[in-house]
Order: sequence, then structure tokens, then C-alpha cells
Amino acid sequence: MMFLKYAGYRLLTMLLTLWVVSILVFAIINLPPGDFLSNQIAELRATGQAEGVAKAEFLRTEYALDRPLWMQYLIWIGAAPGPQGFSGMLQGDFGWSFEFDQPVSEIVGDALWLTVLVNLAAVLFVYVVALPLGVLAAAKSETWVDYSAAFVGYLGLATPNFLLALILFYYGQKYLGLPIGGLMAPEFEGEPMSPAKVQSILIHLIVPTFVIGTSGAAAMMQRLRANMLDELSKPYVETAKAKGMAPARLLAKYPLRMAFNPFVADIGNLLPAMVSGSVLVSVVLGLQTIGPALLTALKSQDQFLAGFVLMFVALLTLIGTMISDLLLVLLDPRIRYGAREG
Amino acid sequence: MTTYPDDHYVDDAPYDPEINLSEPDRKDMDAPAWLLVWRRFRRHRLGLISGVFLLLSYLMLPFAGFLAPYTPNERSAENLYHPPQGVHWFHDGALIGPYVYATSGEADLVNFRWQYEADTDRPMRLEMFCEAGTYNLLGFIPSDTHLFCAPDGATVFLFGSDRLGRDVFSRILYGAQLSLTVGIIGITVSFALGIFFGSIAGYFGGKTDWIINRAIEILRSLPELPLWLALSAAVPSNWGPVAVFFIISIILGILDWPGLARAVRSKFLSLREEEYVRAAEMMGARPGRVIRRHLLPNFMSHLIASATLSIPAMILGETALSFLGLGLRAPAVSWGVMLNDAQNLASIEIYPWTAIPMLPIIIVVLAFNFLGDGLRDSLDPYKS
Repeated sequence: MMFLKYAGYRLLTMLLTLWVVSILVFAIINLPPGDFLSNQIAELRATGQAEGVAKAEFLRTEYALDRPLWMQYLIWIGAAPGPQGFSGMLQGDFGWSFEFDQPVSEIVGDALWLTVLVNLAAVLFVYVVALPLGVLAAAKSETWVDYSAAFVGYLGLATPNFLLALILFYYGQKYLGLPIGGLMAPEFEGEPMSPAKVQSILIHLIVPTFVIGTSGAAAMMQRLRANMLDELSKPYVETAKAKGMAPARLLAKYPLRMAFNPFVADIGNLLPAMVSGSVLVSVVLGLQTIGPALLTALKSQDQFLAGFVLMFVALLTLIGTMISDLLLVLLDPRIRYGAREG
Repeated sequence: MTTYPDDHYVDDAPYDPEINLSEPDRKDMDAPAWLLVWRRFRRHRLGLISGVFLLLSYLMLPFAGFLAPYTPNERSAENLYHPPQGVHWFHDGALIGPYVYATSGEADLVNFRWQYEADTDRPMRLEMFCEAGTYNLLGFIPSDTHLFCAPDGATVFLFGSDRLGRDVFSRILYGAQLSLTVGIIGITVSFALGIFFGSIAGYFGGKTDWIINRAIEILRSLPELPLWLALSAAVPSNWGPVAVFFIISIILGILDWPGLARAVRSKFLSLREEEYVRAAEMMGARPGRVIRRHLLPNFMSHLIASATLSIPAMILGETALSFLGLGLRAPAVSWGVMLNDAQNLASIEIYPWTAIPMLPIIIVVLAFNFLGDGLRDSLDPYKS
């Protein structure tokens, strides 16, 4: 019961945060002077194409871009009724992409799921890599295992994501025959899901997952190692050793469980960085996630598309953080609900 | 040694009543804090090397024009995608001094790439302190003297040349000027904002604290890069390179402060209850003075260490933005702008040296990480 209450509270704060984020996003998007349509209208006027002007003017009123900014904001999020049935994001109408001349929902469609998939795979990668390596580095601290793990970790932190992506793609293709670019073979694009398509997506996921996850895994590994070392120096470990407990069992039974909490909590801190990384890597590798759409939209001031993608990316991070918070509470009964007392 | 009748031993040495009992036995134990920090830091070998390396790199910046054999935007139409040239010393067993071979290039029309052939019979000595393209020494002294440059009829492309025939080595040196300062300006902005918001939140508490804390949480939970992208996309395209450079640095800093502010806030929450803060307040010091004179100096060094650790994120951020074409723009030269050219796999495969600018990025980022770790470990000299 307490848990449900906490979950409700957490959900509420998330929604409030999302609301503040929507204001922030709207402000940033409207920061550049001018907008896509007025630029287009000016350009069409200059070249004397009257029918184009009419269409742009129509879109302008259709999507309420001729109203004052605060009104535009309310219409965009769907709190105020827009003209001619533009109902705003809360009603699931994400607006029109002027650049692609299509509704935003149609452009992003599949990309949303692929974005979630890429990020999920990266999070899994972080856990799968950081857990054994971190524990191993702590158990064998100050040996070559530890040092080589630290070395790889540092390198992972220092190499720009996009370069790692290019290099891995190159060598992956050259020596392992991994495919280059995209998240699936071109012939599957727009096709319904089938076993062959799933397989194609999985193979294409290998390099991006590795690239996005590496720096996160490195940070996570270092922290897990530090936590484990703290635990390993405690008297109860000494006692267990003295009583003749087998090393592997000793490690797994107590210290690992103690060091595990921060491990779960940390994913909340890592997630923003990983989502950032996935956007960048998607652009470089041409993955069909929303990263490339964001870049195009931002460059051409395509405000509805950019706004939606930014909101989605923020939502993704917020949900991830919330899940990690809830998991932590489930895992560790000592964590108090709500404010800490004393 | 005298033995008293009741079996006490007493030292015969003369007793000096003036002696200072609080003086330590070893003079070196009574050093000021900065000396203790320095001693600890000196033992952190990796941190020390990184610190020296970074210091040299930053000192090099004003002299980049002198050290570089070419100016950054000097094109050489005959030397597109020239591979790196080695500098040799001995020719047929005889010492000649640093020399290069002249090369001649031709387009390979079968594979569509440039091929260069070195003329290994004729060593051509590099000219030292020679005159070539003009640049501004220290940013304002016009000069055309270079440390070394290519002899007539030859080229010296230590790291090769790019698609417009510009020298990659020279461009890396010039690029350092922007890529390295972007982090410094960014961290200054983030530092100022972080200390300001963190200290007023921690010092005043209550509503102010609540609002700032929520702002910190919200900003921390957002992915940085998309916001960076959105903000840089808002930079008008008709601004000059210098203005763009500053605004990009500020954009990088503006999203980075929440982490710092949180650290400052939590320190303030505990420190504001100390007696000396009460004393200062009772003597009528204003909040601004208490914060600046009594509270901040307590953990300034820790803040500097954590700032050092967040500079790499900014350097990488600039690189990423420029790489995507939303950061610095040509004719400005930065490492990210240079990598923008190496964007496609084909060019990396055929002309791998165009990706060389990634090396300084990796090295500098690593150095900042090691330096930060070293500083953090050595800043508490009284800890075991």
C-alpha cells in the first residue's frame, strides 16, 4: 500500500516535471527569430509563387501560428482549443511537419519504438557489462584485471561517441561482416514485423548498443568497484573469510547485495547521458530513430516536429528515472518513502 | 641522568623555559595547506603528468601560429588529401638535419583517389625560423616567422592534408585555441551559476531552496545533447565566428551548473550552522559577505577539482556540436570542425589521417580526468 502511494507520488512529480519541460522546450524552440512558415512565405513572395503563399498562410492559421506566443503554447500542449480541429499534444495531435509536409505522428511513427529499443538495449548492455567487470575489478583489485578494466573504462569515457561509432562500424564491417548504417536492412523498411526483420534489427543493433553503452558502462563499473571495495573491507567479510567461506559464494552472498543498490539508482543518473548519446549516434550512423529527425527539424525551424521530439526524449528519460526510483524502493526496504526524517 | 632517592629519573639537560612547546619536531609538518596539497599531488604520478601536459598545451595556445608551419586556412590545390610525411634526419648514412622528400601527386582515375609519390633521392632540408603566411602572435602582434616550414618545391604535412589541401597538423594547433578554451569559458559560466544558485539555496533555505532544488532536479533529468542542439540551432547564422564561439561556450555551460549547485547547496546546509557563521552574522555581516568570505573558501578547492572533472564533458560537447554542424562553423577551426570533414566512412577508409584530430581530443579529455582525480585525492591533506 505504501508502495502504491509512493508510486503515485512519483508519477505526479513526473507529470509536473514534464509540464515544466514543455514550457522550456516551447521557449527554446521559439528562441530563433522568425519561423519556418514566415521564412517560406518570404521566400515564395520573392520568387513570385502565389499559390505556395496561400498554402503557407493556410497552414499558419490552421496551426495558430498567428496568435500570441502564450496562446500558441496552450494550443500546442492541447490545453486550449485550436482552430480547425488542431487539438494539441494532450489529445494526441502532434501537429504538422512543415519540412516534410506530413503530420508529425506519421514521420516519427516507427522511429519512436526504435528509439525506445535502442535505449533499452543500451541500458541492458550497461548492466550486463558493468556488473561482472565491476565485481571482478573489485575482487581482484590492484592486479592486471583491475588495471585493464580501468584502462578500457577510461578510454570509453574519453572517446567521443560518434568517433567510436564510425570506427566500430568500419572494423565491424571489415572483420566481422556487420552491416553498416541503419537499424535494419533496407528491404525491411516499412514492412510489418517478421522473424527475418527482427533478426535484421538485432544484428544492426550490435554496434549502436556498444557505442551508446560504453561510457555509461565505464562510469557504472567504476562506481560498482568503489562500492564493492568499501564493502569488502568491512569486518563481516573478514569473519566470513576466517570461517572458511568459499570466495565466490562470499562475494555473491553479502557484499554484492550491499553494493547493488547504488547500482540500480545510478541508472537514473546515467539515462540522460545515454539518451543524449543515442541521439548523436543515431545521427552519425543514420539509425531510423528520432535523432536524425530532430537534427533536420532544428536546422529548418520545423517547430512542431522539433518540439515533439524534444518532449519525447525528455519523457523517455523521465520514465526511465522513475522506474529506477521505484525499483530501488522495491529492492531496499530501508529506503524511506517521501521525505527523510531526522 | 640523575636518580632521585625515590627512584625517579630526571634528565640532566638544561631546561629552557622559553621553548615553544607547540612547535612540531619536524619542520616540514608545519607547512601551509597548499604545500601539503602539493606534496600529496606530487605523488599522484598520472595526475602530475597530466597537469604538466595541460599546462604546456594551454601555454602553447598563443604561439600556435609560430609553431605551425602553415596558416589554418591556407589551401594547396596540388596537395589534396596528401598523406602524412615523415621528417627524416639521415640520408644515406649522413646527417643532414631535419628534411623531407618532395612529393608529386596525381589523380588515380581508376580508384578515384589521390596518389602521391615521394622523390627519395633528393632530401630537402626544412627551413627554420622562416617566413611564411602571416598570423597574429599572442593574438595581436602580426608576424610571419614560423618555427619551421617547407623548403621551396616541397611540402611538410606532418599529419597529412585534408580535402582542400590544408595542413592537418597546423589546423590541430589552431583548433586547440578554440577547443581548449571552450571548456574553460563553459566551466566559468557553469561555476558562476552553480555557486550562485547553490549558495543562495543552501544559505537561505525555505522557499528559495525548494524552487532552486526543483530546477536542479528538472535540469538534471533532461538529456543534455538535444537541448544543446536546440539552443545552438537558435544561434543566428549571420553571426561572426567569434560571437558564435562565445555563445556556444555559454550554451555548454548553461546546462552544466545543476551538478555543481547541488554540491554547493549540500555543503552550505551543514556549514551555515557553524559557530563562526553565527558570529559573523551577529557582527552584522550581510549574507553576501558571509557567503563569500566565510563559507565559500571552505570548499573552493573541492569545487575546483570537480570543475576540472566536468571540463571534458564540455570539450566533447563542443566536438559533438561542431561535428553535427550546429556548433562552431568554418572558417573557425576547432577539432570538432575538423572531424566534420571525416564524417563519412569512405574518407576514413581511404584517407585515415583526416581522423587524426580525434587523438588530441582523447588525450586532453583523459588528461583532465586524471588531473581531476589527482586533485580530488590530494585536496584533503589532513586525511590519512
